[in-house]
This record gives sequence, C-alpha cells and structure tokens, in this order.
Amino acid sequence: MEVKSIRIPNMKYEDFNDNEYLEEYVTELRKNGVNIFVGKLSDVINWGRSNSVWPLTFATSCCGIEFMCVGAARTDFARFGWEVTRNSPRQADVIFVCGTIVHKMAPVLKRLYEQMAEPRYVMAIGNCAICGGPFKNSYHVVKGVDEIIPVDVFVPGCPPRPDAFLYGMMQMARKIKVQNFFKLPQQPQLPHSSTPNTAADGNS
Amino acid sequence: METVKKELQSLGFTDVKQADNRLTVTVPQDKLYGVARYLRRERPEQPFDFLIDLVGMDFGDALGAIYHLSPSQNPSLVVTLEARADSREQPELFSVCDLWDVAQVYEREAYDFFGIRFINHPDMRRIFLRSDWNGFPLRKDYNADPALNPVPLENEHIPDMERMPSITLKMGERVEEVRQAFDKDEYVVNFGPQHPAMHGVLHLRVSLDGEVVKKVDPVFGYIHRGIEKMCESYTYPQILHLTDRLDYLSGTMNRHAVCLCCENALALEVPERAHYLRTIFDELTRIASHLLGWGCMCMDMGSITAFVYGMRDREKIMDIFEETAGGRLMASYSVIGGVPCDVHPNFQKRIKEFIPYMRKMLKEHHLLFTNNPIARGRMKDVGYLSQEKAISLGATGPSSRASGWHNDLRKIAPYAAYGKVNFDEVLRTEGLTFDRYVIRLDEIEQSLRIIEQLVDNIPEGAHAAKTKAIIRLPEGEFFQRVENARGQFGVHISSKGDKTPYRVKFRSPSLVLVGALKAIATEAKVADLIMLGASLDYVIPCIDR
Ligand code: SF4
Repeated sequence: MEVKSIRIPNMKYEDFNDNEYLEEYVTELRKNGVNIFVGKLSDVINWGRSNSVWPLTFATSCCGIEFMCVGAARTDFARFGWEVTRNSPRQADVIFVCGTIVHKMAPVLKRLYEQMAEPRYVMAIGNCAICGGPFKNSYHVVKGVDEIIPVDVFVPGCPPRPDAFLYGMMQMARKIKVQNFFKLPQQPQLPHSSTPNTAADGNS
Repeated sequence: METVKKELQSLGFTDVKQADNRLTVTVPQDKLYGVARYLRRERPEQPFDFLIDLVGMDFGDALGAIYHLSPSQNPSLVVTLEARADSREQPELFSVCDLWDVAQVYEREAYDFFGIRFINHPDMRRIFLRSDWNGFPLRKDYNADPALNPVPLENEHIPDMERMPSITLKMGERVEEVRQAFDKDEYVVNFGPQHPAMHGVLHLRVSLDGEVVKKVDPVFGYIHRGIEKMCESYTYPQILHLTDRLDYLSGTMNRHAVCLCCENALALEVPERAHYLRTIFDELTRIASHLLGWGCMCMDMGSITAFVYGMRDREKIMDIFEETAGGRLMASYSVIGGVPCDVHPNFQKRIKEFIPYMRKMLKEHHLLFTNNPIARGRMKDVGYLSQEKAISLGATGPSSRASGWHNDLRKIAPYAAYGKVNFDEVLRTEGLTFDRYVIRLDEIEQSLRIIEQLVDNIPEGAHAAKTKAIIRLPEGEFFQRVENARGQFGVHISSKGDKTPYRVKFRSPSLVLVGALKAIATEAKVADLIMLGASLDYVIPCIDR
C-alpha cells in the first residue's frame, strides 16, 4: 500500500527503505477516522512544516563536520527548506545530534531538548549518537542518546555521508507529514531532573 | 646530546638511557623539581623551555609521571624524566607549573586520570571529568562498574566547578587550601558548551569588566570520550581507528603518528611508496583542515560566503580521498607497515587538476578576504602572543609559527618523505591575529608545493610491508611526534610486550592552544573572543580525547 499523502517531491516512494513502518504508523493514526476538514487543514499545515524544518546548530564532534558539508554548497540542504539553522533551541524544530554524547554533556543535551518548543524532533546522526559507536566500551560515553531523549530518525555511519544525512532528513519530513497536527503524539516522559538553572547553559 | 648526557650524569643520574634522539632518566620524587629547574633555568645554553608532554602513568607498583622536555631552539632533542610517587595511597609529586605554563593543564590531567596531586599547583581541580566522578579512570585498579558513575541527569553545579583545592609547602609546612576560581564580585559569563561559534563543546567561563575580558576559565570534558583508556584494551591496529576520531580534521596525520611509533618500535622497514603516499595524504588533509579553519574563522567574523567557498574547495579533496581510500572525512589511509591499498588509477590525474585549481582559489581568497579592509581592521593589533609565551605554553603549529618560533617537525625531524622535498616553513614574526590567519593560507601553498613534487615521483613497488597477523610491540616506552594541522601531535606508547599497549597517551596540540587563548584573550574585548579562538583553530574532541 502506498500512502499517497506522504509523497516527497524529491524522491520516489519505492526508494525509501522502511515504508512498512510508516504505513503501520499511518494506519494507527487513522484508526478512528479523521474529520475531513481537520484532516485537510492538517495536511496543509504539515506540507508547510515538513518543507521548512529549522534545525538547531548543534554538533559535538566529527559528525558535525559532515553536517557542515551538508549545509555547504555541494549538498545544500536549503534545497529542502532546512537551511535556517537556529542558534537558540527555542526557535528550532529539530535537533541533529551530531557526534558523541558523553556523561558530562548528557544533561546539557537534555536541557537543550527541553528548551525546544513542541512539536520537536530529534535525529540521531552517526553511530555514536545511536549506540556509542566506536566508543561503546568507554567509561564516559552515553550508549545512545535515546537513553536521555526520544529519537525520531537514526542515521547510521561513522560519519554518515552527506547523502545519508539527506535521506534521514527526507524520512524526517515524511514522518512530519503523516502526523495529525491537531493531535500530535504525546511527548514521552523524560527522566526527571530536579534543580533547574544550576549551571552551564550558554545559550538560553 | 652528549653534553646533556654528561650534565645529567654530573647531577648524579648515572643510568641515562638513549634511544634515537631521546635521553631517558629515572628521577626520585624529591629530586624531580631540582632536575627540572636545572634543565629549564640553570643550564648554560639551550634551556629546555618546551615541555612537550606530561604523561601520567600507573607503573603497577607505583603511580608517577613522565615528562618529555625539549629545548625550543632544538626541538628534535628530547629528554625524558620518569618520576614515581612514593606512596600509592596518597600519590604526590612536586609541580613544575612555575617552570612551564603548560604544566598547569597537564598536571590537572594527571590528577584527573590518576589522582596524583601536585604540590604547589594552584588549581588541583579535575579537568575533564565532573567533580562528582568516582575514582580515577586510568589507574589499573579502577572500578569501571557503570553503577558507580551513572549518566548524570543534572548539570554540574557551578560552585563545584569553582572550588580550586591546592596543596602548598610553606616553610616546610603542608598547607591544604581551597580557593575560588572567581571572586564574589566578578561578573562571570558562561560561553558554551553549546554555542554556535564555539566550534564544538568547549565551555569558557569569562569574567568581564564592561566589555573587557579579565579572566578566562575554560571547562573541558564535554566530549571526553576516554580514548586513552580504551586503547589499553585494544590491539594496535584497532587503536588506529580511534586516533582518526581524535582530531578528525587531521585524522590522517594522527594515524600516521601511531603507525610510525609502532613501526619504529618494531624496526619495520616501510616501502618507499607508502612513505610517499602517506606524505601526499597528510598534505591533502592539511589543506582540507586549513580550508575549514579559514572558512570558520571568516564565518566567525561574519563572512559566511568564505565558509561556503572553503567547503567547496574542500570537497575536491574529499573526492580524492573517497576514490582511493573509500572514506571522506575519515580516510583511514595508513596501517602499520604502509598503506592499506594502492591508489586509484585516477589519483594522480585528480591531484594534478586540483593543484592549479587551488592556486587560483587561493588568490581569490586573498583578494576577497585578506585584502578586505574591514577584515584587516578587525584582525590588526589584537591577540598578541609573544614567542616566549608560546613556547612556555607549549603552543606549536601555525599558531606559534606566527610568533616566529621555528618548530615544524617536517623540517626539524623529517619523517616519511618530507626529507626529499623542497618547501619553506612559513614563519611570521608579529604574533598577531592577522599573522595566524595568513599563515594558514600560506601553508596551503607550501603543501601544494610538496604534493606537486611528490605526485609524479611516487616510486613503484609494494604499498605495505608484511606484518605479523598479531602485532606485539617489544617492551619499552615509545614516543613519536608528527606535525599535524594544529601542531605537534605526539603519541606515547608504553608496552609490556603484549598485543595491547600498557598505556597510550596522546599529546594534543589543541589542548595547549586553549592555554594560549587564555593568554591572548585577557584584556581583549569580548567581541573579539570568538575570533581569537578561531585564529588558534583548536579542535575540541582532540582536547578532551
Ligand atoms: S559516529 Fe563516528 S564520525 Fe560520528 S561522532 Fe561518532 S566517531 Fe565521530
């Protein structure tokens, strides 16, 4: 079954890898039927949202360099409306977690995520962000950012090629497209932290 | 060399070991400071004013440190001091941070990893790990149970970050004190760890008076990945992959350093062809790194176009890498014994196309940005780094050559094919931001010259020497440096004859550059801080390792 409403102009439906996952997701979303007016309105809004995603400028290590390449001339992500990288999490829609997240950085990343306005999305870029990657055996590395924040799209590679970034972004756009804007999925509960504003928060 | 040896012997150290250009002596805990002071201050000529590296060590029965020293006028000569602390429960050594500024960070690092406390060091905080971390991870008896150190959910508390414990000896009496990094009435601004212009996750705590920077207190460790500890459980070929990811912009050179270190230890004959190919790859990496550094520095001054131009030129190099080695950013093009595969048939053609292209673009970069009066105005007269300061801080690479210190290892101690080519070591004298900016573009030109001379003369033959399936280094301490895009990258391998090393320490050229930032940012305007940082071009994962 092809889900008609999640066509991405730049890429054929068959060329995506995990269509089944998305189809299941769509079936689940539409289980109870959608009001036609609200449904259409949501589609229009999502069309706009998925074509102007604003990422947060965030990179901790090597994958960040490939992120810069994606932003530069050759594989320009401005073609897909992703070029407005924001320096403040409060204005960003998606955070690309490019690079290793270590123990000391984990609370900072979590804080950044919490500061983003909903609906917010997370892309885990590179093996480090997915599972710790080459540093899995280290004493100071978080074994995957999904331990601290929920992740929408995983892009494997060490570092992923710019093309892989773009593919991940297209997947992200598809995911945004199928959601019902008026009934966005519940944000999962994050692990609790008590005292706010105690430290390192350069950018709020 | 001989004179140094004699001097050391006259100081009472009869057992001076010699290997290549390196002398090693073991000094007892109480004599350490005396020898260090002699070498640094009291020698009649060529003082050892460059502390290359300080390696914390767990010798098994004792904890201690290894100091690699060198005279700045003759950086190929190295004296290594090995000191052990008497007690393992309360390991203490005398600090040498009044002799070399750079010892401040190195000693903090040794404390962080091994728990060795340095007497008379003003600031014995942890450097990479949080102050609430349990244990000293690089000790051999470290308990790595993740339950002891779970992933924290809260940021470190600022007051904990500011407490600076110290031990001093005042008239023979031991005084333990805790001081604060900042006074109560200082106006402190946090800059980073997540800041778009920080080039990574460094956290600077800046004390301001109006818009003048009074003090900079860097907080490291937001990308401390524990590479040195991991190396201890990996075989030598596995380690190579981690070195690529240290300073990913000079990955090829870092890898080269480890390969050279192992090859020297094994006395392995590497084919000429591999030397040539490695040199070409090193220089291409250097160009790519300088282009990115240049682009980022211009971007920090507001010129995004320059960044896009730099990245565009860099893509050409990435293509060459990809064709031959398969990787873009991580070319991984060196293995112990040579290079892993021969070059792609297009390799030479592509390089010959690239050289004139890059020359043309360099002219354009100079025309568009270097000669831009606004850019010149911003870079003129700020960020002065004197040569003495650069040496004392251990800052190497282009940043210190802009202050006139001749320290390019490619010239001083040529390795690979550098001895066979003609090129100039670019030196400038003023030590200002503009010099550090321009020197990178000039180095690109020199790198092109090197590649040009090599590309047509790559000797035929095997591309790698045969190695055993399992590589075991002989017992001993091995130290090797190469010149990477940021300065001298060193690797110290201590082997007990196993297939995994006993201890690996990397000398990060970036770590010391943050010390240089501290020096040049003081009394500068806060608006220039970002540009000063960019002019030093440090890579943060290399700092934190
Ligand atoms: S996945 Fe690989 S390239 Fe990316 S940050 Fe981790 S080590 Fe670096």
